[in-house]
Amino acid sequence: MSQPRMGFFTDTSVCIGCKACEVACKEWNRVPDDGFNLLGLSYDNTGNLGANTWRHVAFIEQPKPAGEEPGGARGDLRWLMSSDVCKHCTEAGCLDVCPTGALFRTEFGTVVVQEDICNGCGYCVPACPFGVIDRRESDGKAWKCTLCYDRIGEGQTPACAQACPTASIQFGPLEELRERAHGRVEELVAAGVPDARLYGDDPADGVGGAGAMFLLLDEPEVYGLPPDPVVPTRALGSMWRHAAAAAAVFAGLGVTTFAGRRR
Amino acid sequence: MKRGEQTMVPRASFSSYYGRPVLKKPVWRELDIAGYFFTGGIAAGSALLAAGADLTDRPTLRRNSRLTTVAALGVSAAALVHDLGVPTRFHHMLRVLKPTSPMSVGSWFLTVFAAPASVTAVAELPGLLPRGLRAPLAAVARPAGLAAAAVAPAIATYTAVLVSDTAVPAWHAAHRELPFVFAGSALAGSAGLSLMTTPLRENAPVARMAVVGAVLELAASQRMERRLGFVGEPYRDGSAGRKLRASKVLTAVGAATALLGRRRRPAALAAGVALVAASALTRFGVFEAGVASAEDPAYVVSPQRERLEAARAGAVDNVSK
Repeated sequence: MSQPRMGFFTDTSVCIGCKACEVACKEWNRVPDDGFNLLGLSYDNTGNLGANTWRHVAFIEQPKPAGEEPGGARGDLRWLMSSDVCKHCTEAGCLDVCPTGALFRTEFGTVVVQEDICNGCGYCVPACPFGVIDRRESDGKAWKCTLCYDRIGEGQTPACAQACPTASIQFGPLEELRERAHGRVEELVAAGVPDARLYGDDPADGVGGAGAMFLLLDEPEVYGLPPDPVVPTRALGSMWRHAAAAAAVFAGLGVTTFAGRRR
Repeated sequence: MKRGEQTMVPRASFSSYYGRPVLKKPVWRELDIAGYFFTGGIAAGSALLAAGADLTDRPTLRRNSRLTTVAALGVSAAALVHDLGVPTRFHHMLRVLKPTSPMSVGSWFLTVFAAPASVTAVAELPGLLPRGLRAPLAAVARPAGLAAAAVAPAIATYTAVLVSDTAVPAWHAAHRELPFVFAGSALAGSAGLSLMTTPLRENAPVARMAVVGAVLELAASQRMERRLGFVGEPYRDGSAGRKLRASKVLTAVGAATALLGRRRRPAALAAGVALVAASALTRFGVFEAGVASAEDPAYVVSPQRERLEAARAGAVDNVSK
């Protein structure tokens, strides 16, 4: 019996911005406090994912009707809320570039850092096209969402999904989630929400499909997500070829330097 | 109009989350990592000079270059370990050899480079050795020096792959030219350092290396900035732009002075200072340009949005055909 790939489907159309996911994640994973900050960005005082934030709820206020309500229009503002998380990419930049083997692919298809191996080289940080993983100041190691590796190993649900009161965060076998996500988009479009679209669901995208997909109600960049992320290692062959050519030029110039007549 | 204003994508046309960065900027300390790119290049170029001097019988150039190689390598290693979040785990770099990680490959390059380079340096200091070791070391010094010179081209160029293999827009987009920029900068910088320490009668190949390195670096930089367009802006703007402009002027002046004035001590010294400073400025400038491009969501979102729109337009064309 083979273990299916597990992942998240975050349906932002039913997110109510309660941040229970942020809190549950911090509590379960004992993620350190990252300060009491007031950012002035709607209800977002977390700001972004990072070493000490593995779920982040974004709040976007838009001068746009929220959709047709029974009984007529209901104001002209809409509020988008979305709980962001590590994408657990099929082709993961962080995992590719990690020089120590601290980052690894689990039996669930997720990407996890082994904190007893990580030496804090920091290479994974700029290698992530989503800006997820970061180095923690207090211990110098890289940290990010583990998709609750400890919990799912025991057949339990990750803390964020368990705590989510509206089933905005859903956990399960990726194939099932993908089907459910496509069904949900069709349902929303039919119900008069033409903006509904999926993000991270396509295995043909720049990261080979994400292990955490999202249903969004606007362009990804509005939520702080890159619109067309590509794992940097896709171009690694070309990089090494150009470096090899440059190395040959370097060596060739070195030789010609001494090949001239003796003076 | 300033060159930085030739924006291909109007800045106002992209959306973002409160203007916040999409990417995490590199956590590397500039002094450590840009400093390592610089000293690593010096070590690589010096290893070439040492081998060349050995084969063409220039004993002072050989000795100085071998010692410079190891000194620069020592500074490199110290900077790399210092930059780690957990420096006591530096040896975890050699736990695995991972072809998908330029840092892993580079750590092995450095190890393979450091061993023979150290042998050549020790061979230049016979006074420090027990009598019985002097003859064997003298015998292996030349093969060791050639081995180090064989790895040197990898040391000089892999760091360009290291920065390009990230999502940082200005680094990733520059992956074709950066290895040539770094190779030229390594040749010119190490030749510069050597011009300062080499007696005039032995410095002819050093001056030639300074000139070819400078030409390579300037040509590759020019090509890179032309090709990159909007994502290349960080190489022209702000502190990075100032450093890179200063580097170009110093590279050109240093190479010209080396070519015309190498037979005079003050001119050789001045050329050396200019070339070393230029090499350092190139690495710090490239480093800063990358960080600036990661901090500004425009460089992440706009090119990706353009790519998506182009793909969408292409798909529509295909359907209508």
